[in-house]
Amino acid sequence: MSKSQALYRDNDGQPVIKFILSELKPRGKWLTPFNIISIPVMLAGLVIIIFRFWYGIGAVSNVTQEVPWGLWKGFNVVTGVAFAGGAYVLTFMVYILNMKQYHSIVRVTVLNGFLSYLFYAGALILDLGRPWNIVNPLIGNSFGVSSVLFLVAWHFVLYMIAQLIEFSPVIAEWLGAKRMRKILAGMTVGTVILGITLSTLHQSGLGALFLMAKEKIHPLWYNEFIPILFFVSSIFAGLSMVIFEGSISQRVFFNHISEKNLQARNNIVHGLSKVCAVAMFAYFTLQLLVFLHGKRWDYLDTPLGYWYLTEMLGFVLLPMILFFVSYRKMNINHIKVAAILTIIGIIMNRLNVSIIGYRWDAAVRYVPSWMEVVVALTVVFTQIWIFRYIITRLPVLRDPPDWAKE
Amino acid sequence: MSINRRNFFKVLGVTGVSLTTGTAIASRPEAGESETEFCGILYDSTRCIGCQSCEYACAETHGLPEPTEFPDPAVVRKTDETRRMVINAVTTDDGEIYVKKQCMHCNDPACGAACLTKAILKTEEGPVIWRSRKCMGCRYCMVSCPYDMPKFEYHSANPKIEKCDMCFDRVKEGGIPACAESCPAEALTFGTRRELIAEARKRIHDNPGQYVDHIYGEHEAGGTGYLYISPVPFEQLGFDTSLQKSSYPALTKEFLYAVPAVFVLWPAMLLGLQQATKNNNKNDHQNE
Repeated sequence: MSKSQALYRDNDGQPVIKFILSELKPRGKWLTPFNIISIPVMLAGLVIIIFRFWYGIGAVSNVTQEVPWGLWKGFNVVTGVAFAGGAYVLTFMVYILNMKQYHSIVRVTVLNGFLSYLFYAGALILDLGRPWNIVNPLIGNSFGVSSVLFLVAWHFVLYMIAQLIEFSPVIAEWLGAKRMRKILAGMTVGTVILGITLSTLHQSGLGALFLMAKEKIHPLWYNEFIPILFFVSSIFAGLSMVIFEGSISQRVFFNHISEKNLQARNNIVHGLSKVCAVAMFAYFTLQLLVFLHGKRWDYLDTPLGYWYLTEMLGFVLLPMILFFVSYRKMNINHIKVAAILTIIGIIMNRLNVSIIGYRWDAAVRYVPSWMEVVVALTVVFTQIWIFRYIITRLPVLRDPPDWAKE
Repeated sequence: MSINRRNFFKVLGVTGVSLTTGTAIASRPEAGESETEFCGILYDSTRCIGCQSCEYACAETHGLPEPTEFPDPAVVRKTDETRRMVINAVTTDDGEIYVKKQCMHCNDPACGAACLTKAILKTEEGPVIWRSRKCMGCRYCMVSCPYDMPKFEYHSANPKIEKCDMCFDRVKEGGIPACAESCPAEALTFGTRRELIAEARKRIHDNPGQYVDHIYGEHEAGGTGYLYISPVPFEQLGFDTSLQKSSYPALTKEFLYAVPAVFVLWPAMLLGLQQATKNNNKNDHQNE
């Protein structure tokens, strides 16, 4: 029996193409608050994107010769990837440390991570001046192996493939492809190991991108430890996003989550918050050491110095304390507030390194245009649309079909 | 200075041979290795008369619009996507003097190390060039360059990076760059970097009091192809004298060296952990 036949037969005798077509139809209510906000933004974003490719980046974006990377790189790519870090942390816990209690959220986290990468790669293409040459670092004879960006690009591509394989058993379950599922599920541990290694390298690599901009980035944010700081912060950034996204999914998609898993959720969140607390403690200590070692005291009593203190005290130290407060005695609300503060803190940190602190002494500061903001939001909204589509159809939050039980 | 594959095998071979035959061969310098010399340009701001002949020659050679502005101490002109070089007038302790600004053609350029497609290349002759067929327009070169020299055509659907290429097409044929050729005051001297440094030292030595004792570009950013001598300290000419003396790509070296280590250590460690925790649940049952 060939594979295609197997596919054909496994899906309750229904042809796969017909099944996929039937799944493409929209479901559920149309006029939800999210749709009302996101549809106009996405339509406007689409128009702006067409403009961008027709007239060049300068037609829609405020980036300058001094500040060549704007919101699309600083927010969609550099910030977004930090939040996708939940996938490697969670697969580490579930598949490497065999913490079975977290298994029920590993699928949705991997899906989130995969989609994040897919759309950040998309945002990157929007920002590339000559996107038709995008294959040059991957295929051909133009390998700039001494470039940090070369490594980041390769890790990006490989990690996306790894995540797709990690997620693929869910697709096989959806299509009812029993044999395929078995083969793909057998590849999970291998791809998880590869994925964690790649994540370590490109989370830190995104920080290492800025190492050569030594004189350009504000001294409070530039230091030779940026790669390590980016890596450590991606652990709690990713997990905070898992907590935040989970609390929303729980309300929006509650009918997809089984009763048993709903009850287990609070314990899962509590466990993750402990990891966050410890990782943030390590991060805060590192930041403090970097600050003391670099003797940056003189910069504190300046506007950007206050901004630095706001980030470090209000959005690292405070959420860390909140996570620790509920360490012994669980308080879900504290944890949720802490997760949101952490997310804001990470957005601040990544933007401070890549945009706000970058060329901080320039006469003309870069401020993103409204069109850049619309496109940045379009990317995020499109991702949420696809996420919602998959959640409502594939067994991501739902329990897998009976035949796929391990 | 970096070690490429051919050199690596050469070193490997030499090591192997010297292990068997002794140390005589290994200690002999490789023929042809140290003979490649980078070319550069020496700019002497005491000689420059601000006539902009170089600007006109540059625009004509590279098909760019003719300059429309004149050097004016009140304005700091910058290179951009329509001009690869500018002459600025600066008011200094020594009165009004001129200074030329363009790509510095670093020995170990940050833009070249940043480029993930090798579109920006430090040629053997010395010029740092940009190649359109390879570039994907990510602008990481612009982020990395300490002099902010690569400029990008933001208002084009098929944008190019615009920067001085030291007229590489002429240099590789044995010619000299258009700016140096056009200079009526001999403020621009083209030659090998070694000759230019010697010449700059000579001028500083032979004309006491006329120059400050500093060749800008001799050590800045690990050494640059463009070299400057001036009657006033270089800060007054708008140069960033706080730039590090070592090369910029060296800043990413530690990270890049850590990558293969992580690639070997992580999978082994992760697999070990996975195997060690695999039967946790079963063991719990047995212990009960």
